[in-house]
Parts: sequence; C-alpha cells; structure tokens
Amino acid sequence: MDINTLIAQFISGLSTAMLLFLISSGLTLIFGVVNVLNFAHGSFYLLGTYFAYQFMQLFNNFWLGLIAGAIGAGIVGMVIEFFFLRRIYGRAQEGSFQLLMTFAFILILDDIVKYIWGTEYKTIPKPDSLTGSFSIGSIMVPAYNIFIIVVGLLVVVFAWYFLSKTDTGKMVKASSLDRIMLGLLGTNVPMIMTVVFGVATAMGGLAGVLAAPLRTVTPGAGVEFIIDSMIVVVIGGFGNFWGALLGALIIGEVLSFGILWMPELATVLTFIVMIIVLIVKPEGLLAKKAVGRK
Amino acid sequence: MRKKQWGGNNALKIIKHYLPWIIYFVFFVGIVVVNPGAHYIHLVARVIIFSLYAVAFNLLYGTTGLVSFGHALFYGIGAYVTGMLVKATGPEYFLVYILLGAVGAAFVSFFIGLLTLRLTGIYFTMLTLAFAQLVWGLTFKLYNFTGGDDGIQAISKPALLTGGVTKYYLFSFLVVTVCIYVLWRIRMSPFGSVLNSIRQNPQRITFLGLNVYKNQLKAYIVSAFFAGVAGGLYAGLDGSIHPDMLHWPTSGNAILMATIGGMGTFFGPVVGAGILTGLEEIVGKYTEYWSFYIGIVVLFVVLLFPNGVLGIKKIGNSKNIEEKEKEVVCNSGN
Repeated sequence: MDINTLIAQFISGLSTAMLLFLISSGLTLIFGVVNVLNFAHGSFYLLGTYFAYQFMQLFNNFWLGLIAGAIGAGIVGMVIEFFFLRRIYGRAQEGSFQLLMTFAFILILDDIVKYIWGTEYKTIPKPDSLTGSFSIGSIMVPAYNIFIIVVGLLVVVFAWYFLSKTDTGKMVKASSLDRIMLGLLGTNVPMIMTVVFGVATAMGGLAGVLAAPLRTVTPGAGVEFIIDSMIVVVIGGFGNFWGALLGALIIGEVLSFGILWMPELATVLTFIVMIIVLIVKPEGLLAKKAVGRK
Repeated sequence: MRKKQWGGNNALKIIKHYLPWIIYFVFFVGIVVVNPGAHYIHLVARVIIFSLYAVAFNLLYGTTGLVSFGHALFYGIGAYVTGMLVKATGPEYFLVYILLGAVGAAFVSFFIGLLTLRLTGIYFTMLTLAFAQLVWGLTFKLYNFTGGDDGIQAISKPALLTGGVTKYYLFSFLVVTVCIYVLWRIRMSPFGSVLNSIRQNPQRITFLGLNVYKNQLKAYIVSAFFAGVAGGLYAGLDGSIHPDMLHWPTSGNAILMATIGGMGTFFGPVVGAGILTGLEEIVGKYTEYWSFYIGIVVLFVVLLFPNGVLGIKKIGNSKNIEEKEKEVVCNSGN
C-alpha cells in the first residue's frame, strides 16, 4: 500500500468526518443548551435530504435544494421543540421521557417521509460545477469531497465566531451553564432553546443534503447516520463543541481506514472506539470535569 | 364494628393484591377457551413472550431506574443460543436450550454490567446501546456462524409442541407465567425493595450500608436472564430468528412497552406489550405506516399519561409518584 492511497483515503475520511461533524455538532449543541439527547436527529438529516430532492425536482438547482433542505429541517425542528419537547423539560426521570419522545419522532417523521416520497432509491446528482476532481501531486481528489471539507471548516469557523465573539452566542453559552440565572437576568430562555434547536436541526438537514450525492437516498439513511454521530458525540463529550470536531475526525478516519483494512468489521470498529472511550473517560475526550461516573 | 371493618379491608386488600394475577389468568387462559383461530392465538403468543421481555426489562427500568437502551442484546442472545443449539442437535431438549440461552444472556450481562454500571444517566444508556449495536454488527457480519442477514430459518420444535400454534402458545404461557411469578416474588422481596429505593435515592441506600453497584448488577443479571428466556421462546414461535432481534428498535420496544403500560407498576409492561402488539396488528391491517401511529400513541402517553395506562388511577391521588419521589429527595437534603 503506497503513500498515495493512504493520503487519498485520509482525505475521503476527512469528508466523512465533516459530514459527521455537521450532524453531531447539532446534536451536541442541543444537548449542551437544551439538555435533550435528540435521538431523532437522524430524521432531520433525512428530512433535509428529501426536501432538497423535492426542490431539485421542481427547480433543478442543487444550491436551492441545499438551502431548502437546511431551512426546512430547521423549521420542522423548531415546531417540534415548541409544541412538544418543551413540555417535558424538568420532569422527574426526564431522560427516559426524552428518549421516548424523540424515539416517537423517529417513527413519525420516517414514516411521513416514506408516505410522501416512497421507499424506492432516489438520487441527488452532484452540481455540475463540482463533478470534476483536483489533483494534489499525483493524487486525484473528487472536487465534491473538497467542497464538503470546505463547508465543514466554514461551519467550524462561523460557530466559533458566533459562540465566543457575539453577545447572542454568549447568551447561548450562558443558557447551557445556568438556565435559571439567565432567565432571571431577563433573557427569553425558552426562545433561545427553540432557536438553538432550529439551528441544530438545520445543520442536520444541511448534512443530509451534502451527503446525498455520495450515498443513495432511502428512508433508512437517517438511522444509519445517527448512530455514528451519537458515537462522535460520546467520544468528544456531550455538549462539547470542539469535542464533536475531534470525535468526528476520529470516527471519520476509523471508518475510512477500517474499510481499507477490515472491510467486514469497519462499522463494528466505531463501536469499539466508543466503548473504550466510555470505559476510560466516560465524560468524553475533551470534557474538563468528570461527570456520569459513580 | 372496627374489627369487621379491618377484616373487610384485609379481604379487599388481598383481592386487590392478586387482582392483576386473576385478570392475567382470565385473559390468557380465556383466549384458548374462546379459540379465535390460529392467527389470533399466534398474536397472543407474541404478546405473552413480549410481556416477559418487558416485565424483565422493567425490573431494571421502572424499579431500579436504569434506562438500558441495549436490552435487545440479551433477548437476541437467548434467541440465537436456542436457535443454534436446536439447529445443531435437534429439538429434543428445547426447554433446556431456552434455559441455556438465558444462562448465556446472564453470563454476558455480568461482564457488560460490570462495565456499564460504573456510569450513570445518559452515559449508562449510551454504553448499553453501544454494546448491543456491537453484537448486532458482529451477528450481521459473521455470516458463517450466525447466518448474517438471513438469520436462522426452520428451527424445529420438539414433537410434543408441533402441530397447531395452540400447543406452543400453552407451552409459552406456562414458561412465561413461571418466570413472571419469579420476577414478581423478586419485586416483592426485600431485594426488590432495595432496588426500588436505589431508583429513589441511591445515597440513602449507601448510608444504610448496602452496596448500590452490587445490587444494580444483580438486577441487571436477573433482567438479562429473563429477557433471554423470552428470546428463546420467540425463536420457537416462528421457527426463525434474524439480526433485527438484536437491533436497537428492539431495545426501544422494551422501553415503549414498559412506559405505555406503566413503568411504576408490575403488570404495566404486560398491558404495554398487549397494546403495542395489538396496535401493530390492527393498524397494520389498514396501512403499512403503522409505526407512524405507534409514534403518535407514544407521544400521547408521554405528554398526557406519563405513568402509563395502569398508572392512570394514580392521577386521582393528591400526588403522583414523581412528586412523592421528589419529596423524598428533597427531604433527604439532596
């Protein structure tokens, strides 16, 4: 195995990592701010894909589909948070009710997708401007993979700027630290939660559109991806934004090289990584304080 | 006068104590007497097997307060061990194989429990999910050993149980009833009370000199054992098993059944199993989108009846379980 194959595989892993990061940063944001582990996040990924598919059928424009997918998923997310999820905040044994409610939304949203768009495979083609490939030295890299990596990096930079440099970002951070205190200071905390939920699900939808040209579009796609992004969130630490980035890089590369060396067991490898992290450092690799242990 | 009142109350209490059992027997034996046809007997057989799975799960979930999202693992181990042993040696010792499957599930649960129970809350939930998905992935890939995607087909039953689903139903009913009775005795025993207290206030249990970790591990193993029995029984019902039995929606179903029926009650999961299986059957007749309707029901239960169907009557009391528990926590200075 020569060095060029390894580098090509590394770049392919990087684009998987960026897709994983888009989903899991949304998941981790919801967990950090709203304190909900959104098992239904994969369904928003799915909704994003299908909204984009619908828009591309109508207007035949990838970029319009990209925007529609992200915004559509975000709106559905806000509606669900506003009308349902916020009703169970602060209940005793909240964890199991969150699990159940988000599980219910997986069943509901996935079936709605099946009902509207059917179960047969759909395809979303790459936009014409991104069908070629770049050559770095003697390695050919598909332009679309580079595009995904660039989008992922843009989201990282933007999110970092928003969360640490703007007032609204600081409020979002504050609400993850002490909801009640922030409310007492006159901030509309429920609105922050709804908006954060919307932005996070929009990121899931965006990932759904971006991933669509690389994978087949089926109603089962959301569930497949959500498990991997859960693993990312666990590895990086619940609610930890940079942890999600690190976790996504690890899992993206594990998947990419796993397929190269052990094609049979690539999916199992990610679980092994997660189990090791949960046993050695259950709060996640980048978490500062120890939580969740006895 | 007073004595009479006490006497009357006692009799009432005894009846109330055993009322769920009476209803249980009337329903599950009555269905054979009524005999609505093989299709429905098969349906009720599924209900009774899922009941055991859900009641076993609820010992962990509703009683001990541990939200495991990986119970499909033990259900699946029971099914696969039973199925593979029958395939290898024939069905003469079917009941023994079910027992071996359950022992296998308990054996695995000991090691997984050692690791997962070190964590709490969502971390425990995620780690149980990870272990179950790991085994599911392996089952899927190890084609030569487990049959991969196809699962194992044509698992034969012993001669005594072949011919007519009613025989297998009665066999399942007998096994499940014995298991549920054992679980009931466990729930009513001092050990059951300790588990209940662990959910409410683990700190106090430590103050009383009891080991939370050890008792949780015991509950985990007992729960896995009986989930394994349920899995083994299911392997015989359809004569086929598939990796879906290990997949995470099966773990989710256990949580659904326990919550819909009422996780704070012993027989709630049985009712939940009946509702879930019945819904699948009824809605499945009219539309293929039955999981949509199950989702709606779950949403309804979570929002309006958080104590489940059997927990509804508790709303009439001045305080529901949750509030009482909160009070306990507050009084203990937490």
